[in-house]
Amino acid sequence: MFVINCPYCGEREQSEFKAGGEAHIVRPKQPTELSDDQWAEYLFMRKNIKGIQFERWVHTHGCRKWFNVVRDTSNDVIKAVYKMGEKPPTN
Amino acid sequence: MTKNLRVKTSKFIDETYKISFKFNGSTYYGYKGDTLASALLANDIHLVGRSFKYHRPRGIMTAGSEEPNAIVQLHNNSPRTEPNVRATEIEIYEGLEASSQNCWPSVNFDIGGINNFLSPVLPAGFYYKTFMWPASFWEKYEYFIRKSAGLGKSPTEPDPDIYEHKYIHCDVLVVGAGISGILAAKTAAKNGFKTLLLDEKSYLGGSTIYQNSENFKINNQTSNSWLEKEINEIKKFQNLEIKTRTSVAAFHGYNFLLARENLTDHLPLNLRKDKTRHRLLKIRAKKVIIATGSLERPLIFDNNDRPGILLSSAIEKYANFFGVACGEKNVLFTNNDSGYETASSLYQKGINVEAIIDNRENIDSKLIMEAEKNNIRIYKGYTVVNTAGYKRINKISIMQLSKDGQKVVGSKISIACDCLGISGGWTPAVHLVTQSGGKLTFRDEDQVFIPDQYPSDQISIGSCNGDFTLDEILLSLPNKLKEFLNIKTTDYDNLEVQSSFNKSKRNIWLLPSDKVIGKTKPFVDYQNDATAKDIKLALREGFRSIEHVKRYTTTGMGTDQGKLGNMHALGIISETAGSKMGELGTTTFRPPYTPLTFGTIVGRNVGEYFDIFRKTPIHDWHVKNKAEFENVGQWKRAWFYPKDGENMHDAVQRESKAARDSAGILDASTLGKIDIQGTDASEFLNRVYTNAWSKLAIGKCRYGLMLNEDGMVYDDGVTTRLDENHYIMTTTTGGAATVLGKLEDYLQTEWPELDVYLTSVTDHYATVSVCGPNSRKIISQVIPDLDFSDENFPHMSFKNAKIGKIKCRVMRISFTGEQSYEINVQANYGKSVWEKCMEVGKEFNITPYGTETMHLLRAEKGFIIVGQDTDATMTPIDLQMDWIVSKKKYDFIGKRSLYRSDTIKEDRKQLVGLLTENPDEVLEEGAQIVADIKKSPIEMLGHVTSSYYSPNLKKSIALGVVRGGKNMMGQKLIIPMENKKINVTVADPVFLDKENKRLNA
Repeated sequence: MFVINCPYCGEREQSEFKAGGEAHIVRPKQPTELSDDQWAEYLFMRKNIKGIQFERWVHTHGCRKWFNVVRDTSNDVIKAVYKMGEKPPTN
Repeated sequence: MTKNLRVKTSKFIDETYKISFKFNGSTYYGYKGDTLASALLANDIHLVGRSFKYHRPRGIMTAGSEEPNAIVQLHNNSPRTEPNVRATEIEIYEGLEASSQNCWPSVNFDIGGINNFLSPVLPAGFYYKTFMWPASFWEKYEYFIRKSAGLGKSPTEPDPDIYEHKYIHCDVLVVGAGISGILAAKTAAKNGFKTLLLDEKSYLGGSTIYQNSENFKINNQTSNSWLEKEINEIKKFQNLEIKTRTSVAAFHGYNFLLARENLTDHLPLNLRKDKTRHRLLKIRAKKVIIATGSLERPLIFDNNDRPGILLSSAIEKYANFFGVACGEKNVLFTNNDSGYETASSLYQKGINVEAIIDNRENIDSKLIMEAEKNNIRIYKGYTVVNTAGYKRINKISIMQLSKDGQKVVGSKISIACDCLGISGGWTPAVHLVTQSGGKLTFRDEDQVFIPDQYPSDQISIGSCNGDFTLDEILLSLPNKLKEFLNIKTTDYDNLEVQSSFNKSKRNIWLLPSDKVIGKTKPFVDYQNDATAKDIKLALREGFRSIEHVKRYTTTGMGTDQGKLGNMHALGIISETAGSKMGELGTTTFRPPYTPLTFGTIVGRNVGEYFDIFRKTPIHDWHVKNKAEFENVGQWKRAWFYPKDGENMHDAVQRESKAARDSAGILDASTLGKIDIQGTDASEFLNRVYTNAWSKLAIGKCRYGLMLNEDGMVYDDGVTTRLDENHYIMTTTTGGAATVLGKLEDYLQTEWPELDVYLTSVTDHYATVSVCGPNSRKIISQVIPDLDFSDENFPHMSFKNAKIGKIKCRVMRISFTGEQSYEINVQANYGKSVWEKCMEVGKEFNITPYGTETMHLLRAEKGFIIVGQDTDATMTPIDLQMDWIVSKKKYDFIGKRSLYRSDTIKEDRKQLVGLLTENPDEVLEEGAQIVADIKKSPIEMLGHVTSSYYSPNLKKSIALGVVRGGKNMMGQKLIIPMENKKINVTVADPVFLDKENKRLNA
């Protein structure tokens, strides 16, 4: 069980949070104009990386805010957390 | 009369405090401080159990938690009975009753012992190979196999003990209170760290505390007396918490550890009442210092498992700590100096040592010289090739090792003995490091895996780090602690350490024998009866991965998790397969380190505390009126209200009829309620529901269907526009939390520009729903100030009102198809409003109904229940609810998915009504629906989702999903059941009042 540094509340136990899958997948503004393939790309295709992964988390049992986490899935080390709408760290 | 093998007094044993206990029905005595194992050994009892597969007699082998053989059942046939307890760990108490496991009729005469003679035909994988075919026969074999295998018996009665969980946060956690752990804990505490020190034993000081020998000195004092002073000092620190009898079970990421604190297992039963038995500690430490020590390795030779064969270090501990001699004619067999250390301790205590067999040749050390001086016969360069004695060892045969250690040479020498101590060197206890994700490295010089990379802020110190001798440990410790704790000095910077221990070791994983391997039984995993022969067989049969060999031979799969023999298994594999140990890797060290009871894991979450349950403000009324309850999510909902001995069916039929004929009342407080406010609230609803919301007038209600982005129905409910920018949304009972979560997700991540605020108000309101043709008469008496005429208060509308001074929201909405009013009041008024309705409704036979009747009534009307009539594969089109999907709206969640190539298929499963040929026949929910019963295999078209006998229609009705069902109206289908087939006709899912006359009546 890891500790997540919520950008709004600070360090809390993982059990207070819920994972929300891959980050930075933007809902298309005009879904009706997409082909089946394009829509499927948005709807279904997710990366499952061994290593550095950008993910969404929500502090369900806390501030209920969504934010982004950069996590190494091979050892659960969290490299960074940042708010929704902020740019992902580059290094 | 058994012998008394208690030797010189030990200060760890209180000989003034005699304790009686029972083992296999006979009464014995021991002293306070004894473990069951030491007390049995003091009574000259070695034979404790039978092995798992061959039922071979087995004795006590160790003095610690790694014990593979001496596992017993405590307090058989009582609620407190516990199987597989290690005799080496249970401290005796007055009234202790232990018995042997895996033997029948008794440990002395065990019928299963015949397996030992059958062993040539019981190789590794025997059960897999033999009982594979015919597959259908497994059930028959299993009965007999299970009977003859298995360890202890699990209790059959509820556990009378209390368990609890506790969170601990600390700066430094030290695991293990041996000499390294004590010094580390003191250093941490002295530097102001909030420190926690844990040890699985009842005392502090590890093995050094009973190492009373001139051979090991610190600052010119014997190591044990020096350590004792340190222990007395650490007890003074306010910021250092010490917990003994506490075993760390698991080391997870981010320095999160689980430990079991054992609080009462050492107490007599009558002193345990109302006390917590075990406490599961959930520890989050900033820094972790692992000082778990090391486990002595056995040696692998023919018949190395007889009672009376112990680890050499165990014999030393029994002598030094418990004051017990394990035998009167002791022989030690070693490949390193440990055997001599034991010999020295035994000599000091006046216990006879017949001989020492040493694998090594041309070796010398102070300890060896001491043994020679004490006139102990020493056989250098020899190995044990066999042992004799069925229930207790009585003889060993030894032979000389060839130069390369691969063969034995010369002639056999026999030595009579009643106890054999074996030492194959030491294995660092690296379990916790690897559990935490740490990596090991193999040190070739002494053939051990030691910690290499740590994934978190932790270090390993002492012998678990591969520093085995006292001087190695103490001279490296100060610098390690300084670096790890970031401090300048320690109290131990200038220790003077003397150790007579010579580090040399001659490591031979499988000792050679004069017999071929097939004729020998060199046990590697004692508990699971896996021998070196089995491991070699597995390799011959093509297994290469250590994980596969483990599973095929069951090596390391017992309750001891192979703490003794796993390294040998690896060694034998590497030698046989010609691969390097370091490259082979180890099997996974899985938590828990030692077994945990289920009670410890569950803690207080038992009985009514098993899970949280929520009750409505009207709950007490339901209880008082004998409602049966059903669990819906975490809610306890009234299911039905049986009257005068009614069964469920009768109660539901009565309730359903009353609701349609006159009036019914339902507690709908559990429905999820989300308060939605903000200038963009209407736009938000437009985006989350399939239908249009912009034009909904204030004071009106609308049913909405919510989809996932994949187009599948997710939730439904009625939303009411309370004001221009204010809505109240209802969700399904079970979906409330996830719907709120989903809406918040969209608002925060996709549409942050919308001005919308969501608040869960489920618990804030109680909802009383009154339905039926007389509902208006009742409700207008409850709220006399409100005009309930159809003109003023039509179906799907809302009014603010007051009952006396109580503000309430009244909605005219219906889930039953009847005219129906829902009164929402502040939760604490819920019960009084309910009671008021009951009182007023008396003259109309107002009938409380539960969820079952609610389900029946809505099924008559063809209303779906999300999660019952739908699963995550139903679109609104599949549900024949096209009418609710807006064609005009540009977008809403899931819209694009409704015309994906897959969702527009004609032959998707679609919701239909089903009518049975025989109107009295009620279908089973979940039953399969087919068209052609002759075809093989029969093609499944769908299944029944809801099914009831309708008292109002006087026939059986059902809903189901059927492939292409939309176009099958009137078609005959078949429901094949176990003993019959039921003919049904596809029908409109709305069975009652298609014209909505009742709703608007």
